[in-house]
Amino acid sequence: MTGSPLPQGKGALDLQALVKHYGSERVVDQVSAVIRPGEFFSLLGPSGSGKTTTLMMIAGFVQPDSGAIRVDGADITRTPAERRGLGMVFQNYAIFPHLNVFENIAFPLRARHLPDREIRKRVQEALDLVRLDRFASRYARQLSGGQQQRVAIARAIVYHPPIVLMDEPLGALDKNLRYDMQVELKDIQQRLGMTVVYVTHDQEEAMNLSDRIAIMNRGRIEQAGEPGVIYENPTNAFVARFLGEANLIEGTIEAIRDGQASLLTRSGLRLLAPAGSVQPNQAVSLFIRPEKLSFTPGPGNRLTGIIKRRSFLGNINRLSIQVAPDTDLTVDLANAGLEPPPPGAKATITWPIAHGVFLTQ
Amino acid sequence: MQAIWVTNWISLVVTVTALLLGYPVAYYLANRSGPRFTLVIFCIVVPYFTSIIVRTYSWMVLLGTDGLINDSLIRIGLIQAPIKLLYNKPAIVIGMTYVLLPYMVLTLYAAMKSIDTNLLRAARGMGASGAMTFFRIYLPLSLHGVISGALIVFILSIGFFITPALMGGPPDAMIAMLIERSVEITIDWSAAAIMSLLLLAVTLILYAIYYRLTDIRRLMGA
Repeated sequence: MTGSPLPQGKGALDLQALVKHYGSERVVDQVSAVIRPGEFFSLLGPSGSGKTTTLMMIAGFVQPDSGAIRVDGADITRTPAERRGLGMVFQNYAIFPHLNVFENIAFPLRARHLPDREIRKRVQEALDLVRLDRFASRYARQLSGGQQQRVAIARAIVYHPPIVLMDEPLGALDKNLRYDMQVELKDIQQRLGMTVVYVTHDQEEAMNLSDRIAIMNRGRIEQAGEPGVIYENPTNAFVARFLGEANLIEGTIEAIRDGQASLLTRSGLRLLAPAGSVQPNQAVSLFIRPEKLSFTPGPGNRLTGIIKRRSFLGNINRLSIQVAPDTDLTVDLANAGLEPPPPGAKATITWPIAHGVFLTQ
Repeated sequence: MQAIWVTNWISLVVTVTALLLGYPVAYYLANRSGPRFTLVIFCIVVPYFTSIIVRTYSWMVLLGTDGLINDSLIRIGLIQAPIKLLYNKPAIVIGMTYVLLPYMVLTLYAAMKSIDTNLLRAARGMGASGAMTFFRIYLPLSLHGVISGALIVFILSIGFFITPALMGGPPDAMIAMLIERSVEITIDWSAAAIMSLLLLAVTLILYAIYYRLTDIRRLMGA
C-alpha cells in the first residue's frame, strides 16, 4: 500500500579511515569519527581542508578510495546516494525553480511513493516547523535568501531522516540573519532529535551550534571534541589559531617543577604554565587567549610593554602590546566601561598560570 | 492552398524529428567532455558550414534509384527493384532534418548546459531514481530549450526552398517554391507578393513568440 519504508534507525554515524585522492593529492586523509545519535557534529576548517569532500562521501556523491561509512551499524559505503535515506541541505539551497515551495518540500516523499494524504500532512508539518506555511504556493524566485534556506531545511527533514547533512547552509546570508537562523536550526534539530553533520568555515557558527567539532586541515582531523574543550585546550598551533584569536609565544622549556614548567623565550622572557607532557629543552609555544590577559594586577605571569595598536570592535577592544622586541601579544578587553590604555602608553598585563597551555608543533 | 498545408505539415514533422534526434545528442554533449565530445561537436557543426546545396545533393546520392542505399539493399537481396526513396515527402523530411539538426542540437545544448547540476544531485540525494530525476527535474528544466529549438527549426522550415525543390516531387511543393514559381515562371507578381507576405507574417509571429519566451526565461531566472 505505501511505498518504500522510511528509515527507522537512530542516526549513529561511523566514519572509518576515509581516504580520497584527486590525482596525486590526498584530499581526505584517514578521516575517522564516531558520531552519536542526535549529535550536532561540525566539520570545521579552511577551504581545501577536505571537509566538503568528506560530507559528499557520507552523502554518497563521492566514492572514498578506501575506508568505510556505517549508519546504525550498516555499511553504506557502496550504497548509491538515492538509497541512503539521508537528508541534505546544500550551500546554494538547490531549490527546484520550476516547482513551488509545497512541491519542493514534497519531492523526497514523492520519490518514496508515499500516498498523497500522507504527503500533505508531512509537508504541512514541515512548513509549520520552519514557519513558512503561508508561502506554500510561492516559487523560489519570490522568496528571500532566508526563506529559501528554510525551504531547503524543510525539504531535508520532511521524511524524518536519521541523519541530516548540511554544507555551509548559512554562508550566503548576512550576519544578523545568520545568527537567528543558527538558533532556529539548533532548535529544529533538538526537537526532531536528528543527527546533524555540519560543514562550515565559520568558527563562531561551529561553536554556537555543535555538540562536538572536528577541526580539519589538509585532509586530516586535527582535533575533535566539545567546543569549550577545543577552545581552551587546543592540541596544536593550527587549532589554537583557527578557533578564535590566539597568542603563541615561542621558546624552550627551562625547568619543570610541581607540575609547572617555565618557558624561556629568545628575548629573555620567563613564563610559567601547567607542564603537561613537555620535556626540558623542548621547543614549544605558550598558548594564551587574548581575553584571558588582564590589565588589572593579579597573580601569575606578568609582562610589561608598550601598547602598539587599539581596535574598537564593538563588543570588545582589541589591543596589541609589545612586551619584547620579538613578542607582540593580543589582548581583548570587554567594552564594559573601563577605558583601555591608548597606543604608546606603557602597560602591564597579567594572567593566571593555569590558563596557559604548552603546544608542540 | 495545398502548399500551405504541405508546408506546415512537413515543417512540423521535421521539427519533431529534429527534436527526437537532437535531444539525446545534446544531452550527451551537455554531460560529457573529452575527445568524444570534440568528435560529436565536430560532426554536428562542420556540416553546418557546408553549402546547403552540397548537403542536399549528397542525400540525393544516397537516396536515388542508383544511390548507395538502394544499391546495398539490392545486393544483400532484401529487395529486387530499387524503391523510390527520392522525390517524395519522406525524402524532404530527411533532407531538411539533416540540414536543421545543428540548430536544434546547439539550442538544446545551451539550455541543458544552464541546468544546475546541484539540482540533479539534490534530487538523487532525496531518493529520486534516475528516471524520476530525468522526467521530473531535468526535462522540465530543459523545456525552454526544447521550445526555443522547435521554434527556430519550424521558422526555418517553413521558408525552406532548396531542399524541397531538389528532393521533393510535384505534389510536395512548399510555399517558398510556389513563390519562386510565381516570380520566375507564371510571372504572377500579385500571387507572389501575397504568398511572401503570408510567409513573412507567420515568421514574424513565431519569432515574436520566441522572443517573448527568451525574455520570460530571463525573468524567471532560470
